[in-house]
Amino acid sequence: MSVTGIGASVRRKEDVRFVTGKGRYTDDINRPGQAHAYFLRSPHAHATINNIDLSAALKMPGVVAVYTGDDIAADKVGGLICGWMIHSKDGSPMKAGAHPALAQGKVRYVGDHVAVVIADKLSQARDAAEKIVVDYGVLPAIVDPAMAVGADAKIHDAAPDNTVYNWHLGDKAATDAAFARAAHVTRLDLVNNRLSPNAMEPRAAVGDYDEGTDGLTLYTTSQNPHVARLVLSAFIGLAPEHKFRVIAPDVGGGFGSKIFIYAEETVCVWAARKVRRPVKWTSDRTEAFLSDAHGRDHVTHAELALDAYGKILGLRAHTTANLGAYLSTFSSSVPTYLYAPLLSGQYDIPAIYAEVDAVYTNTAPVDAYRGAGRPEATFVVERLVEIAARETGKDPAAFRRQNFVTSFPHQTPVIMCYDGGDYNASLTKALEIADYANIGKRKAEAASRGKLRGIGISAYIEACGIAPSAAVGSLGAGVGLWESAEVRVNPIGTVEILTGSHSHGQGHETTFAQLVSERLGVPIDNVAIIHGDTDKVQMGMGTYGSRSGAVGMSAIVKALDKIEAKAKKVAGHCLEASPDDIEFKDGKFTVKGTDKSIDFPSVALQAYIAHKFNGQELEPGLKESAFWDPTNFTFPAGVHICELEVDPQTGVTTIVKWTAVDDFGNLINPMIVEGQVHGGIAQGVGQALFEGAVYTKDGQLVTASFMDYQMPRADNLPSYNIAITKTPCPSNPLGIKGCGEAGAIAAPPAVINALTDALGHEDIAMPASPLAVWRAARKTMAMKKAAE
Amino acid sequence: MAMTMKGEVALPADRQTVWAKLNDPEVLKACIPGCQSLDKTGENGFSAVVKLKVGPVSATFKGNVELSDFDPPNSYKISGSGEGGIAGFAKGGAVVHLADAEGGGTLLTYDVEANVGGKIAQLGARLIDGVAKKNADTFFANFAENVKAG
Repeated sequence: MSVTGIGASVRRKEDVRFVTGKGRYTDDINRPGQAHAYFLRSPHAHATINNIDLSAALKMPGVVAVYTGDDIAADKVGGLICGWMIHSKDGSPMKAGAHPALAQGKVRYVGDHVAVVIADKLSQARDAAEKIVVDYGVLPAIVDPAMAVGADAKIHDAAPDNTVYNWHLGDKAATDAAFARAAHVTRLDLVNNRLSPNAMEPRAAVGDYDEGTDGLTLYTTSQNPHVARLVLSAFIGLAPEHKFRVIAPDVGGGFGSKIFIYAEETVCVWAARKVRRPVKWTSDRTEAFLSDAHGRDHVTHAELALDAYGKILGLRAHTTANLGAYLSTFSSSVPTYLYAPLLSGQYDIPAIYAEVDAVYTNTAPVDAYRGAGRPEATFVVERLVEIAARETGKDPAAFRRQNFVTSFPHQTPVIMCYDGGDYNASLTKALEIADYANIGKRKAEAASRGKLRGIGISAYIEACGIAPSAAVGSLGAGVGLWESAEVRVNPIGTVEILTGSHSHGQGHETTFAQLVSERLGVPIDNVAIIHGDTDKVQMGMGTYGSRSGAVGMSAIVKALDKIEAKAKKVAGHCLEASPDDIEFKDGKFTVKGTDKSIDFPSVALQAYIAHKFNGQELEPGLKESAFWDPTNFTFPAGVHICELEVDPQTGVTTIVKWTAVDDFGNLINPMIVEGQVHGGIAQGVGQALFEGAVYTKDGQLVTASFMDYQMPRADNLPSYNIAITKTPCPSNPLGIKGCGEAGAIAAPPAVINALTDALGHEDIAMPASPLAVWRAARKTMAMKKAAE
Repeated sequence: MAMTMKGEVALPADRQTVWAKLNDPEVLKACIPGCQSLDKTGENGFSAVVKLKVGPVSATFKGNVELSDFDPPNSYKISGSGEGGIAGFAKGGAVVHLADAEGGGTLLTYDVEANVGGKIAQLGARLIDGVAKKNADTFFANFAENVKAG
């Protein structure tokens, strides 16, 4: 391992510009003559638009144009799409209601887009929006997914009973049979709380139109600019792809929320052509709460069947998933194929059956959020397993160990084939670091101080590195999830990597350069990572689902293989040897068994000078591209253990120790991996203890600022004890699995298992706020008193 | 988001006098907190402009005030709704009952239901209950002052 190669904890190259304010984000981009867009949003959760009077707004100073859904319809701008087709049990396709970029005749959630004002200044656009008079006919609203079917609110004509689909997975008969012969059945009702994504950088867009070329450019906060261009071109119809450039410069976090194609970005680029001026919009924080796709929001009943010895026989789950008022870009896949196939967890479960009813409600659209479906599945599995152990008087760690998958490959009953892992190794290591054996002493000591101490295990697995194109295609995905890479070696031996992955905080400029440094022996400072521009990178699928390493870097490996093969031919000519006799190591090409060698930059130069070989037989230049399509998902897995204390007097929960043992396969940069784990745990703890997006019954979002939506803070989190185990992933050349979502997946059940252990009962839901914990602790104290 | 409030206020005038004042647009205009204008549009309807501040959001609401469910001189309902542009909307109503008070005068009781939405609910959620109660109390306190003043 070199100091900048694979496995080195290299400091992030990009951080210098980020921490010195030199990053270039979408809001930093200003085009000459640009106008500003302000969106008038619905204050009602559900209403008909009887009339919109724009006359006063149009007379306001600085106003360039005001558009409504009528203008979108007149220009035949297509509706926003959902790119993953899910079929119901009866074979019928999901019921997708129309999703115009500006509302047409009806608004369906608070924050829905009623009109856009475009003015010279943002303040003028906002003032003019005040003058728009909308005559609403208020309709009944529904926000609770469990009550959506049969509600008075009828959200889309296309979806009777507000149902998007009634989907299922697994073998119902086999699962029912497993339950019929069970010695013990554990039953659990739970809610996976709705979350706001809260990227540090809010969404933004600048649409630009070049009359000379009839070309459109969209600068936007995207995790996947090529997918944005594809959707805006092929489905929404704004311009053909060759006349349409999408640029996503530095992006400050996304957690999934910047995968999707939203109304605002669509409107900015459409309006830019209409008004013949660049049009800019930057979301304010409240708009982000209202209109960024939310996450989670499941209501689930789940059951686990055990035999008399504690072996798991079967699992069944019924989930109602809230998809909000419209289907967001990948929303349909989250509670189905990203969820139910993970219900086997790390366990050998012979029979699984899951039913998922997805419903519309008068709330913001719900889509992928860090982990996307897998945190929801892990919460179901790890809560069930914990409670099953408690109910049958078994140690939760031993119960898990008894049921672990131990041989690979392991085909689960729900699609996934686990290709490798060592779950016992992670559990053993985690128990040791957490000093699990002595928890009894620590509980007693805490009790002497009047505190309730608890410990909770979460043995998670996730499927990431998404995804094999044919596999996801067979499951309904509209497009394959391969990745592309191009390696351009310049004549002096510096290297440019063009990748379809797009960092929004992951550190690709460092890790991808480490790979190149390792392979070509060049310093990482001589490597540039180019991403986020459809005019530079040919095509790509973007960054989400922990896929940039396993899929994006694998594409780079494939292109580097081609570079090496070509460079060997050039080196062969320079060294007057057969390419087969050339060895490449540490940046040097050597004729086997001799001391004749030439370094990589010299070979690059010779490839371009092209004097030493016949240009008809060997093409000049050194540039190769590749597409990588994975053969399987990757399966990171691990064990997190949370130890916490509850103060029954105040309801305050203090996490005193966190142990994380993760198997991510091989690591490129352990420091960056550790950072990803830190952030993921913080987000998972946020979901468990603090965060919740709350609508009132009539559909008003009352958590629309950081006054009311509590994010985890530094003083809510302990210093983590992080360790790894390592089983290299067999399905990609680097043996890496992906680490971006693990913490957010593992943490919520670890916290709640610890909290319920401390409380001595299961009666607590997420977010376990101090008020909720205080109430639950009152019950605990009453139970203790009754027992005395 | 919806909220409800109840209250009562003792007035130093007889029921008939109080009833007359409850139906006098000039009195109502003087009593509705933040009322900029109240113009008669029909027998029992008015168009109104009301300036309201909820936490960080202040807005001018344009809407209607209506009097209904008359049972003179015992009770009626005063209700209103307004759109505050990008600030959202507010609507609400109060059922007002009058009864002879022990020892003279009139006891006015009110039962208020209010509803807000949009930015007011988003940014002012924690403040809404307090603001709504304060506005209702202010209206009836103003009304009591008006009655006292004769």
